[in-house]
Amino acid sequence: MEYLDIILQESYKILFLLVPVLVSVAMIVWLDRRVWAFVQKRQGPNVVGPFGLLQSLADALKYIFKEIIIPASSNKVIFILAPIITMTLALIAWAVIPFGLEQVLADINVGILYIFAVSSLGVYGIIMGGWSSNSKYPFLGAIRSAAQMVSYEVSIGIIIINVLLCVGSLNLNDIVVAQKEMWFVIPLFPMFVIFFISALAETNRPPFDLPEAEAELVAGYQTEYSGMMYAMFWLGEYANILLMCALGSILFLGGWLSPIDLYPFNLIPGALWLIFKILFLFILFALVKAIVPRYRYDQLMRLGWKIFLPLSLTYVVLTASYLFYFNLLPTI
Amino acid sequence: MKISRFFKTILMADFISGLFIAIKELFKPKKTINYPFEKGKISPRYRGEHALRRYPNGEERCIACKLCEAVCPAQAITIESSERADGSRKTTRYDIDMMKCIYCGLCEESCPVDAIVQGPNFEFSTETREELYYTKEKLLDNGDRWENVLAANIKSDNPYR
Repeated sequence: MEYLDIILQESYKILFLLVPVLVSVAMIVWLDRRVWAFVQKRQGPNVVGPFGLLQSLADALKYIFKEIIIPASSNKVIFILAPIITMTLALIAWAVIPFGLEQVLADINVGILYIFAVSSLGVYGIIMGGWSSNSKYPFLGAIRSAAQMVSYEVSIGIIIINVLLCVGSLNLNDIVVAQKEMWFVIPLFPMFVIFFISALAETNRPPFDLPEAEAELVAGYQTEYSGMMYAMFWLGEYANILLMCALGSILFLGGWLSPIDLYPFNLIPGALWLIFKILFLFILFALVKAIVPRYRYDQLMRLGWKIFLPLSLTYVVLTASYLFYFNLLPTI
Repeated sequence: MKISRFFKTILMADFISGLFIAIKELFKPKKTINYPFEKGKISPRYRGEHALRRYPNGEERCIACKLCEAVCPAQAITIESSERADGSRKTTRYDIDMMKCIYCGLCEESCPVDAIVQGPNFEFSTETREELYYTKEKLLDNGDRWENVLAANIKSDNPYR
């Protein structure tokens, strides 16, 4: 009986995290389309529900009723598994995101490593989808996507090392608490910019949406997918984007800390602050989508390997020597 | 590379100025209209869905002269006529294949009695092809439904004809 109790309790906790995340993914798609439209002086989705807020739900409903087409020459098991893996991986990373000092599903000591590992695994969903479709566009899209995500993961990893040098812990809550005096965005501003751009590339957002460049590759690895399976890719993609925004706000913008530690701001719960910061970053993501043209593939690779990697490595050396020289290294 | 260009690249000056332009555009009034709820303005000469008009006393205008059938470049119009009991010549069949029609407006131009006209309606899409083979009944019905607008349009366009 005790066993069952624990399982039930944990399930409630998971549901309490998962449902808001999924709902906010739906909302964020609407926000993305709306911001994009507004920059281009269009209206965007505004018919379904107030301000078109329920547009994503209507879309999801439409996807559910569509037929799922599995290509005859595809590897069926992997083909079906790919969107499931993409979505699951995008969602399980949320387990370690802290919404407050106590409000975290899994307060593990290697939180940042866990997120990093899970987001690296995200490539598998895309590769599996592209490979098992047994068709040229998905295949090329998957290759591009894999190369791109792997290269930008390197610079993200090194950026995270910068933050870890200042914190001395891999626990995400410790990282947030360490920013009580000053958010890391101030001393590590160049790293924040590089993190933001790498996050764009990592989540296949414009201007780095080469894997699904419609002018060249139809829809990249999603070409053969239809119905709910396509919707799952789409959910996973946006959950990943939200995750990257959350990670950015935890690493650089002080997570659930309020910007000013004064009376009226203290009253707002930490979770709300985190949500504000995620929204801020996401609106930046959406604005970038609206203003930047797509990169060429070689430019993308050059940016990743020849500019971001040396820059972030140099910054690691700078941070480390600064901390060492002024004896500011965190004690573990 | 020039020094200034180098700093511009490093500081992402172009990107930042683009971002500010985007934020400025964000709050400007929208250029598009909210289509199904508000519609763009249509000229009185607009060549939309066809209609066959009637005289105010209910008699149909068409005298089966077949000028429209002859002038139609897409040959979308089919007319058959016969003599009615009162001795007047009237159409027994007046079909327009709306999928052949190229909406050139020549039928309207050629009509000596303003019977066949193209109205302002452009929202007559259907789910099957069969519904787009317009018959005389459908066209007369259209005429009855749009008569007010059609008459006003013809009147307002009259000085320029």
